Amino acid sequence: MAGQVPAKVDIIGASSELNLNLDHTRLMGNPKIDVPLAELRAEALRALGACTAADIDGWLARYLGRKGELTLALRGIAERPADERRDFGAAANALKDELEAALARRVEELGGPAKGSVEALDVTLPGRRSLQGRLHPTTRTIRDITSAFSSMGFQVVEGPEVEYDHYNFSALNIPEDHPARDMWDTLWVDRADADGRRRMLMRTHTSPMQARIMERQKPPVRVVVPGRCYRYEATDATHEWHFHQVEGLAVAEGITFADLKGTLLEFARRIFGADRKVRFRCDYFPFVEPGVDMAIDWKGRWLEIMGAGMVHPRVLSGVGYDPERYTGFAFGMGVERIAMLRHGIDDIRQFAANDLRFLSQF
Amino acid sequence: MLVPLSWLREYVHIDATVEDVAHRLTMAGLEVESVERTGGTWEQVVVGLVKAVNPHPNADRLRLVTVDTGREEVEVVCGAPNVAEGQKIAYAAVGANLIDGHTGKPTTLKPAKIRGVVSQGMVCSERELGLSGQHEGILVLDPSSPTGRPLADVLGDTVLNIKVTPNRPDCLGILGVARELAALTGSRATPPDVTYQQARTPVTSRATVRIEATDLCARYTATVITGVKVGPSPDWLVQRLKLIGQHAINNVVDITNYVMFEFGQPLHAFNLGEVRGNTVIVRRAQAGEKLTTLDGIERTLTPDIQVIADAERPLGIAGVIGGLRSGIHESTTDILLESATFAASNNRRTQAALGIKTEATLRFEKGLRPELAEVALRRATRLIKEICGGEVAAGVIDEWPNRRAHDPTVPVTAARLTQVLGITFPEAQILATLQSLGCELGPYQGGWRVTPPYWRADITLAEDVAEELARVIGYESIPTTAISGVPPRWEPNPARDLRERLRDALVAEGMQEIVTYPLSTEESLASAGAPASPRPLRLANPMSADHAVLRTTLREAVLRVGMRNTRTWRGPVAMFECARVYFDGGEGLPDERDMCAGVLAGPANPPHWSGEGAQFGFYEARGVVESLFERLDLTPAFVAVDEPAFASGRCAAIAVGKKRIGFVGEVARSTVAAFDGEVTPVALFEIDLTTLASLAGSGAPPHVQYQPFGRFPESVRDLSVVVDAKVPAARLLEIASRSKLVVDVTVFDVYRGKGLPEGTRAIGLRMVYQSPERTLTSEEIDRAHDGILKGLQKEFDARSRA
Repeated sequence: MAGQVPAKVDIIGASSELNLNLDHTRLMGNPKIDVPLAELRAEALRALGACTAADIDGWLARYLGRKGELTLALRGIAERPADERRDFGAAANALKDELEAALARRVEELGGPAKGSVEALDVTLPGRRSLQGRLHPTTRTIRDITSAFSSMGFQVVEGPEVEYDHYNFSALNIPEDHPARDMWDTLWVDRADADGRRRMLMRTHTSPMQARIMERQKPPVRVVVPGRCYRYEATDATHEWHFHQVEGLAVAEGITFADLKGTLLEFARRIFGADRKVRFRCDYFPFVEPGVDMAIDWKGRWLEIMGAGMVHPRVLSGVGYDPERYTGFAFGMGVERIAMLRHGIDDIRQFAANDLRFLSQF
Repeated sequence: MLVPLSWLREYVHIDATVEDVAHRLTMAGLEVESVERTGGTWEQVVVGLVKAVNPHPNADRLRLVTVDTGREEVEVVCGAPNVAEGQKIAYAAVGANLIDGHTGKPTTLKPAKIRGVVSQGMVCSERELGLSGQHEGILVLDPSSPTGRPLADVLGDTVLNIKVTPNRPDCLGILGVARELAALTGSRATPPDVTYQQARTPVTSRATVRIEATDLCARYTATVITGVKVGPSPDWLVQRLKLIGQHAINNVVDITNYVMFEFGQPLHAFNLGEVRGNTVIVRRAQAGEKLTTLDGIERTLTPDIQVIADAERPLGIAGVIGGLRSGIHESTTDILLESATFAASNNRRTQAALGIKTEATLRFEKGLRPELAEVALRRATRLIKEICGGEVAAGVIDEWPNRRAHDPTVPVTAARLTQVLGITFPEAQILATLQSLGCELGPYQGGWRVTPPYWRADITLAEDVAEELARVIGYESIPTTAISGVPPRWEPNPARDLRERLRDALVAEGMQEIVTYPLSTEESLASAGAPASPRPLRLANPMSADHAVLRTTLREAVLRVGMRNTRTWRGPVAMFECARVYFDGGEGLPDERDMCAGVLAGPANPPHWSGEGAQFGFYEARGVVESLFERLDLTPAFVAVDEPAFASGRCAAIAVGKKRIGFVGEVARSTVAAFDGEVTPVALFEIDLTTLASLAGSGAPPHVQYQPFGRFPESVRDLSVVVDAKVPAARLLEIASRSKLVVDVTVFDVYRGKGLPEGTRAIGLRMVYQSPERTLTSEEIDRAHDGILKGLQKEFDARSRA
């Protein structure tokens, strides 16, 4: 019996240098069991002998791991004839013990406790980063603003950037020849009517959506409108001819100036912090009455962040709403200005420069 | 609008500090943008009275001056030749900050002994006070200056710079600001005297006025003053005009300006000698009529322009600018003084047509009350008589054609005020507040009939009254409440949802979002492969030639920004934008389409010490696109196409079903060069989100649908086939995926070259076989695997490489 096994070892060509000794293995005297296990043992021990510290984990996985050869052999026990199963199991488990012991010895030979089976790394070297994507600060700010209002029941809608002067001005109680048109220097689209008049422009604010929304929807209305706006204006650190606004409109029965104050105060707390002080003062926009300018306290100064007011009755009647019955408020704010405050950005031109040295900071 | 406090004080008593005044005006809607102080602060410098001048015991040129400082008498050594007893002078006590008269540098006055005599302070020159370079003698003050008063009160002034909103032309007059301040501080404004002594001759015998263009001129009032002496204005008038940045011209013209800045009503004085027929006609100009205006320019007029004419020819452009010929000169003796109400919209159009903006148009364009015209006329007449002398003809010429139709009253109820403001103010407070603004109130249908004061044209609705109430009481007195009532029904916005999801998906792919100008040039758009037709919409007045047309492609912007960043950024450049492009809509508004475009260039990963990684190229860009569509539960097809601006053979159209919705590819070298890119390859993709959204359907946004995954073992088998190199891999995958047992198929290897016939390539397919119902037998899998191979052989003449 004992004599048969070394012959098998030779058959599979294991290195004699390893001085294979099957004495440790509990032989069953059944070649159907002994031979395959012996082959596995010989190969595993040979491979272990050839292992360097770096290979140890691979060896462990190959022979003793969850999908290792010995584990698979044990798992295949069910396919064996019933009379062999017990013996095979015993032999395989004995081999497992032997291999684990051999592993421990080999690890020691390689100069370390079991845990130190890998080469030490310089943990102070930088890690490998995946590429970080980021939203533009304008988009992030718009999302923060719209979500603050969404939670107060406002829906987000958008509108055309190329507008008719009707929606941009006239429907907002700014008829042609109104001196307030000077408040919005306009970029006009080069297209004239039959009568030679230009009607198409780059919207100067997001307010034209006020009339558009009310024309297609009965009260109650509660919307915010983010979007791009354009002005014929020279560019400097605080002025851009292309910028973003968020417009807001709430119209229903029973909406008051007090609701305007309450809603915008709540907004300011969400965007600028719960302790933020807010100042409302009288201001003039032709499409609201009374008109409001809202400022927040910022490093000891009042900074204006939005215009607002109660929707002018002529705007309401212009879209077929009964101004005796319905009241409402509207507001509009510059997105870049708010982003500049929050992030300490000192030049509005950075927003359209799209320099990664700027954008990668957010 | 510049408002000197000294001038403001003429109409209203001010107890509050300048800061407080500025704050109150700002809160009520008159934003004080800045406060400027003229002169210095001159601490420790007061008005002193020279009681005695005695010689200095040790110096001939110096004198000992006894000065009453209001609190004590002190002795000062003074070298000025002009000092004399009884003068009011500027006395600086020890510690005052002055300018050194010799060096011109700031200095602090120290106690000094001059030639053996202690000088207790100093009598100052203009140079020492920083007023001018004058150092020859001391500054002698007006004899009426009160002894002991801080010099700043006597010499300096504080000027408020107020941003007047277009609805408040009354506050383009200092009296208007005074009235505002009075209402806000509970004080009363005192308007200036508008009375004067009249001669016997009735004004109607001196001149007549006729309004022809009654739609353009609501009211025309005039007085005639004869025998005036035109000359320089008195100092106080010159000083006041100087404080608000106006140059003095002559006394008559200065008075018309002064009253305009006082009341906000522009006036004009005509040399009556140049008014032919002593007749003023307010009419539309005749086409081609010519007039040389005060600025010396000859202008050709049109019937849209309103003129003031005499019996024969135009004298001036109504409410805009006077004519040169009828202006006031040194030799003028008889004056026709005009104060009229011209239509605001015509005034706007005329100034736009002629390119003239004046202090008069600034006021007329905003719409003035007709009542204001007469008051301002009387004020200016009084001042002319007072300053320029002469006789005022009896009465006022007053043409006011539609006086009866003019009803300025506004009906208001307490309920309406509450409906707007959300708070009910006590009736007494409502009345007192409105009356403090000059409104009169009478009972009317359960509320009041409010008659706004004659200088306010902006109170015409109950809402206007509500604003007056709220702003004077203070917006801070209005409570803060939340909107009550049912919020509107939620409406879906699938296009926006899709776009925002794509933004997040691209960020998750490691890409940086950008936001670019949507305006560019036709040439630049073309170099990025924009279609030649339709041509982009053009702006009439672009900011610059670089931003003249509305973009029809988003590729150009991302390429431009991407390429610019390759010159300044060492790491990966992976950027995208979600924005609109604009297609000419002919008569209507352009078709604004949501697009998404991305650019990938340079290293695909952040630099790392472990070595160089892959570079961005076609397959990285396509991978991004695949990931995007996977998140939308859509499987796009990629079809090889040739597209302008892309490298030939390196561009694929992205198709969903039969719709092409975008492109992905590597940009042609020439395109990279056109945008000054410094790396190649540069990969680019563009997706039409508007079309994509329409494919995804309306209503709820598309959500990925869960597929139960197989519980039975899967079997992975590889198949390597050699096929004609032109056969697209997608076709092989398609054949393989037809097998019912295949749940997934991918390409694991592509090989060309040694060992393969010319013009062929080997493609390794990895199939995953799995059944949802049972464990597959190896025979079943073999059959399916052979079936795929046979299919490939039949379709593409493929042969197994194994």
